[in-house]
Amino acid sequence: MNSGVFYVLAIVGAVSALMVVTLKNIFHSALFLVLTLFSIAGLYVLLGAEFLAGVQVLIYVGAITILMIFAIMLTYQLSSGSIKQVNEQVKSATVIVLIFFGLSLAALLKTAWPVGTADLPKHNIFELGRQLLSTYVIPFEVVSIVLLVALIGAIIISRQERQEGS
Amino acid sequence: MIAEPTLLHYLIFGAVLFALGIFGLLTRRNAVGILMAIELLFNAAAVNFVAFTKFVAPDGLAGQVFTIFIITVAAAEAAVGLAIVILIYRNFRGIEVDKINFMKW
Repeated sequence: MNSGVFYVLAIVGAVSALMVVTLKNIFHSALFLVLTLFSIAGLYVLLGAEFLAGVQVLIYVGAITILMIFAIMLTYQLSSGSIKQVNEQVKSATVIVLIFFGLSLAALLKTAWPVGTADLPKHNIFELGRQLLSTYVIPFEVVSIVLLVALIGAIIISRQERQEGS
Repeated sequence: MIAEPTLLHYLIFGAVLFALGIFGLLTRRNAVGILMAIELLFNAAAVNFVAFTKFVAPDGLAGQVFTIFIITVAAAEAAVGLAIVILIYRNFRGIEVDKINFMKW
Protein backbone atom coordinates (compact mmCIF):
# COMPACT_ATOMS: atom_id res chain seq x y z
CA MET A 1 0.00 0.00 0.00
CA ASN A 2 2.69 2.42 1.14
CA SER A 3 5.00 1.58 -1.78
CA GLY A 4 2.22 2.03 -4.33
CA VAL A 5 1.51 5.51 -3.00
CA PHE A 6 5.20 6.35 -3.29
CA TYR A 7 5.40 5.28 -6.92
CA VAL A 8 2.25 7.17 -7.89
CA LEU A 9 3.45 10.36 -6.18
CA ALA A 10 6.97 10.08 -7.59
CA ILE A 11 5.77 9.49 -11.16
CA VAL A 12 3.22 12.31 -11.00
CA GLY A 13 5.87 14.62 -9.55
CA ALA A 14 8.52 13.74 -12.12
CA VAL A 15 6.19 13.92 -15.13
CA SER A 16 4.73 17.26 -14.09
CA ALA A 17 8.25 18.58 -13.42
CA LEU A 18 9.08 17.58 -17.00
CA MET A 19 6.00 19.52 -18.10
CA VAL A 20 7.18 22.55 -16.07
CA VAL A 21 10.42 22.77 -17.99
CA THR A 22 9.20 21.81 -21.47
CA LEU A 23 5.71 23.28 -22.03
CA LYS A 24 5.40 26.16 -24.48
CA ASN A 25 2.83 28.09 -22.48
CA ILE A 26 4.48 29.47 -19.34
CA PHE A 27 1.13 29.73 -17.59
CA HIS A 28 0.55 25.98 -17.97
CA SER A 29 4.05 25.41 -16.61
CA ALA A 30 3.09 27.29 -13.46
CA LEU A 31 0.00 25.09 -13.04
CA PHE A 32 2.10 21.93 -13.44
CA LEU A 33 4.51 23.35 -10.86
CA VAL A 34 1.57 23.31 -8.42
CA LEU A 35 1.07 19.59 -9.17
CA THR A 36 4.77 18.84 -8.62
CA LEU A 37 4.78 20.68 -5.30
CA PHE A 38 1.64 18.87 -4.16
CA SER A 39 3.13 15.45 -4.91
CA ILE A 40 6.29 16.44 -3.01
CA ALA A 41 4.05 17.37 -0.05
CA GLY A 42 2.61 13.85 -0.30
CA LEU A 43 6.13 12.41 -0.23
CA TYR A 44 6.80 14.42 2.94
CA VAL A 45 3.79 12.77 4.57
CA LEU A 46 5.15 9.36 3.57
CA LEU A 47 8.50 10.31 5.10
CA GLY A 48 6.90 11.19 8.42
CA ALA A 49 7.28 14.98 8.06
CA GLU A 50 3.67 16.12 8.41
CA PHE A 51 4.56 19.66 9.47
CA LEU A 52 6.76 20.11 6.40
CA ALA A 53 3.95 18.83 4.19
CA GLY A 54 1.68 21.51 5.61
CA VAL A 55 4.34 24.18 5.21
CA GLN A 56 4.96 23.02 1.64
CA VAL A 57 1.30 23.40 0.73
CA LEU A 58 0.92 26.73 2.52
CA ILE A 59 4.09 28.45 1.34
CA TYR A 60 4.96 26.85 -1.97
CA VAL A 61 1.53 26.10 -3.37
CA GLY A 62 -0.29 28.90 -1.58
CA ALA A 63 2.19 31.74 -1.81
CA ILE A 64 5.12 31.24 -4.18
CA THR A 65 3.17 29.77 -7.09
CA ILE A 66 0.47 32.42 -6.79
CA LEU A 67 3.20 35.07 -6.82
CA MET A 68 4.62 33.52 -10.01
CA ILE A 69 1.20 33.42 -11.67
CA PHE A 70 0.80 37.10 -10.78
CA ALA A 71 4.17 37.88 -12.33
CA ILE A 72 3.25 35.92 -15.48
CA MET A 73 -0.05 37.75 -15.80
CA LEU A 74 1.60 41.14 -15.27
CA THR A 75 4.39 40.60 -17.77
CA TYR A 76 3.41 38.09 -20.41
CA GLN A 77 0.83 38.35 -23.15
CA LEU A 78 -1.16 35.15 -22.61
CA SER A 79 -2.90 35.48 -25.95
CA SER A 80 0.30 35.36 -27.97
CA GLY A 81 1.33 31.76 -27.54
CA SER A 82 3.73 32.05 -30.43
CA ILE A 83 6.57 33.55 -28.39
CA LYS A 84 9.50 31.16 -28.36
CA GLN A 85 10.04 29.98 -24.80
CA VAL A 86 13.29 28.09 -25.17
CA ASN A 87 16.65 29.29 -26.42
CA GLU A 88 18.89 27.59 -28.94
CA GLN A 89 20.74 25.51 -26.35
CA VAL A 90 18.12 22.75 -26.02
CA LYS A 91 20.25 20.04 -27.63
CA SER A 92 23.44 20.74 -25.70
CA ALA A 93 21.45 21.21 -22.48
CA THR A 94 19.81 17.80 -22.99
CA VAL A 95 23.20 16.16 -23.44
CA ILE A 96 24.64 17.89 -20.38
CA VAL A 97 21.65 17.03 -18.20
CA LEU A 98 21.69 13.39 -19.31
CA ILE A 99 25.41 13.13 -18.53
CA PHE A 100 24.83 14.76 -15.13
CA PHE A 101 21.91 12.46 -14.35
CA GLY A 102 23.84 9.36 -15.43
CA LEU A 103 26.81 10.30 -13.26
CA SER A 104 24.69 11.06 -10.22
CA LEU A 105 22.69 7.85 -10.72
CA ALA A 106 25.92 5.84 -10.89
CA ALA A 107 27.17 7.53 -7.73
CA LEU A 108 23.88 6.90 -5.93
CA LEU A 109 23.85 3.23 -6.89
CA LYS A 110 27.50 2.62 -5.99
CA THR A 111 27.40 4.26 -2.57
CA ALA A 112 26.67 2.06 0.43
CA TRP A 113 24.24 4.27 2.34
CA PRO A 114 24.42 4.14 6.14
CA VAL A 115 21.20 3.00 7.72
CA GLY A 116 20.12 4.58 10.98
CA THR A 117 18.88 2.25 13.65
CA ALA A 118 16.75 4.77 15.52
CA ASP A 119 13.22 5.67 14.52
CA LEU A 120 11.64 9.09 14.06
CA PRO A 121 10.51 10.71 17.35
CA LYS A 122 6.95 9.84 18.22
CA HIS A 123 5.77 13.43 18.49
CA ASN A 124 7.39 14.76 15.37
CA ILE A 125 6.06 18.33 15.39
CA PHE A 126 6.75 18.72 19.10
CA GLU A 127 10.36 17.67 18.61
CA LEU A 128 10.73 19.96 15.56
CA GLY A 129 9.53 22.99 17.51
CA ARG A 130 11.79 22.15 20.44
CA GLN A 131 14.82 21.87 18.11
CA LEU A 132 13.99 25.15 16.36
CA LEU A 133 13.92 27.05 19.64
CA SER A 134 16.87 25.35 21.32
CA THR A 135 19.61 23.94 19.08
CA TYR A 136 18.80 25.99 15.99
CA VAL A 137 17.62 29.21 17.61
CA ILE A 138 20.39 31.38 16.09
CA PRO A 139 19.82 30.18 12.47
CA PHE A 140 16.09 30.56 13.11
CA GLU A 141 16.51 34.22 14.04
CA VAL A 142 18.92 34.83 11.16
CA VAL A 143 16.52 33.36 8.65
CA SER A 144 13.75 35.59 10.04
CA ILE A 145 15.96 38.61 9.39
CA VAL A 146 16.70 37.31 5.88
CA LEU A 147 12.98 37.10 5.21
CA LEU A 148 12.40 40.62 6.55
CA VAL A 149 15.25 42.07 4.47
CA ALA A 150 13.96 40.29 1.35
CA LEU A 151 10.49 41.71 1.97
CA ILE A 152 11.80 45.27 2.29
CA GLY A 153 14.11 44.76 -0.69
CA ALA A 154 11.29 43.50 -2.89
CA ILE A 155 9.17 46.53 -2.03
CA ILE A 156 12.03 48.96 -2.69
CA ILE A 157 12.99 47.30 -5.98
CA SER A 158 9.52 47.16 -7.48
CA ARG A 159 8.36 50.57 -6.23
CA GLN A 160 7.45 53.12 -8.89
CA GLU A 161 10.13 55.77 -9.04
CA ARG A 162 8.75 59.24 -8.53
CA GLN A 163 10.17 62.21 -10.35
CA GLU A 164 11.91 64.67 -8.07
CA GLY A 165 9.77 67.72 -7.22
CA SER A 166 6.53 66.32 -8.61
CA MET B 1 5.09 -7.17 -5.76
CA ILE B 2 6.72 -3.78 -6.05
CA ALA B 3 9.57 -2.99 -3.69
CA GLU B 4 9.05 -0.93 -0.57
CA PRO B 5 10.54 2.57 -1.13
CA THR B 6 13.98 2.91 0.41
CA LEU B 7 16.39 5.80 0.77
CA LEU B 8 17.68 5.11 -2.74
CA HIS B 9 14.23 5.58 -4.29
CA TYR B 10 13.85 9.02 -2.73
CA LEU B 11 17.39 10.01 -3.74
CA ILE B 12 16.75 8.97 -7.34
CA PHE B 13 13.55 11.01 -7.34
CA GLY B 14 15.57 13.96 -6.04
CA ALA B 15 18.15 13.47 -8.78
CA VAL B 16 15.40 13.42 -11.44
CA LEU B 17 13.95 16.67 -10.09
CA PHE B 18 17.39 18.26 -9.94
CA ALA B 19 18.24 17.24 -13.53
CA LEU B 20 14.93 18.60 -14.82
CA GLY B 21 15.52 21.83 -12.90
CA ILE B 22 18.94 22.26 -14.49
CA PHE B 23 17.42 21.59 -17.91
CA GLY B 24 14.83 24.31 -17.33
CA LEU B 25 17.47 26.68 -16.03
CA LEU B 26 19.60 26.21 -19.15
CA THR B 27 16.88 26.35 -21.78
CA ARG B 28 14.19 28.81 -20.66
CA ARG B 29 14.17 32.29 -22.17
CA ASN B 30 11.49 33.60 -19.85
CA ALA B 31 12.76 34.89 -16.50
CA VAL B 32 9.72 33.53 -14.66
CA GLY B 33 10.39 30.11 -16.22
CA ILE B 34 13.94 30.25 -14.86
CA LEU B 35 12.59 31.06 -11.39
CA MET B 36 10.27 28.04 -11.61
CA ALA B 37 13.23 25.82 -12.54
CA ILE B 38 15.06 27.15 -9.49
CA GLU B 39 12.10 26.15 -7.32
CA LEU B 40 12.46 22.62 -8.70
CA LEU B 41 16.13 22.61 -7.66
CA PHE B 42 15.23 23.76 -4.12
CA ASN B 43 12.62 21.03 -3.85
CA ALA B 44 15.05 18.35 -5.01
CA ALA B 45 17.43 19.32 -2.23
CA ALA B 46 14.59 19.44 0.30
CA VAL B 47 13.36 15.94 -0.62
CA ASN B 48 16.88 14.63 -0.11
CA PHE B 49 17.11 16.29 3.31
CA VAL B 50 13.80 14.84 4.50
CA ALA B 51 14.64 11.37 3.17
CA PHE B 52 17.99 11.39 4.97
CA THR B 53 16.22 12.47 8.16
CA LYS B 54 13.89 9.51 7.98
CA PHE B 55 16.36 6.81 6.95
CA VAL B 56 19.76 7.84 8.31
CA ALA B 57 19.56 10.30 11.21
CA PRO B 58 16.06 10.40 12.72
CA ASP B 59 17.13 11.67 16.14
CA GLY B 60 17.29 15.46 16.30
CA LEU B 61 15.40 16.05 13.04
CA ALA B 62 18.26 18.14 11.63
CA GLY B 63 17.17 17.51 8.04
CA GLN B 64 13.63 18.68 8.64
CA VAL B 65 14.89 21.86 10.33
CA PHE B 66 17.11 22.57 7.34
CA THR B 67 14.19 21.97 4.99
CA ILE B 68 12.29 24.70 6.84
CA PHE B 69 15.24 27.02 6.21
CA ILE B 70 15.29 26.02 2.53
CA ILE B 71 11.60 26.86 2.19
CA THR B 72 12.14 30.22 3.90
CA VAL B 73 15.03 31.13 1.63
CA ALA B 74 13.01 30.02 -1.39
CA ALA B 75 10.20 32.36 -0.37
CA ALA B 76 12.66 35.25 -0.01
CA GLU B 77 14.22 34.38 -3.37
CA ALA B 78 10.86 34.27 -5.11
CA ALA B 79 9.84 37.65 -3.66
CA VAL B 80 13.06 39.42 -4.68
CA GLY B 81 13.31 37.60 -8.02
CA LEU B 82 9.79 38.47 -9.07
CA ALA B 83 10.30 42.10 -8.01
CA ILE B 84 13.35 42.20 -10.30
CA VAL B 85 11.30 40.59 -13.09
CA ILE B 86 8.62 43.28 -12.77
CA LEU B 87 11.29 46.00 -12.82
CA ILE B 88 12.93 44.49 -15.92
CA TYR B 89 9.56 44.29 -17.64
CA ARG B 90 8.92 47.94 -16.86
CA ASN B 91 12.23 48.99 -18.39
CA PHE B 92 12.56 46.59 -21.33
CA ARG B 93 8.93 45.69 -22.20
CA GLY B 94 9.85 42.01 -22.07
CA ILE B 95 11.42 39.44 -19.80
CA GLU B 96 13.31 37.32 -22.32
CA VAL B 97 16.67 36.97 -20.65
CA ASP B 98 18.63 36.70 -23.90
CA LYS B 99 17.45 40.20 -24.87
CA ILE B 100 18.52 41.77 -21.59
CA ASN B 101 22.21 42.22 -22.30
CA PHE B 102 22.78 45.86 -21.44
CA MET B 103 25.61 44.91 -19.09
CA LYS B 104 27.44 43.21 -21.96
CA TRP B 105 29.51 45.41 -24.28
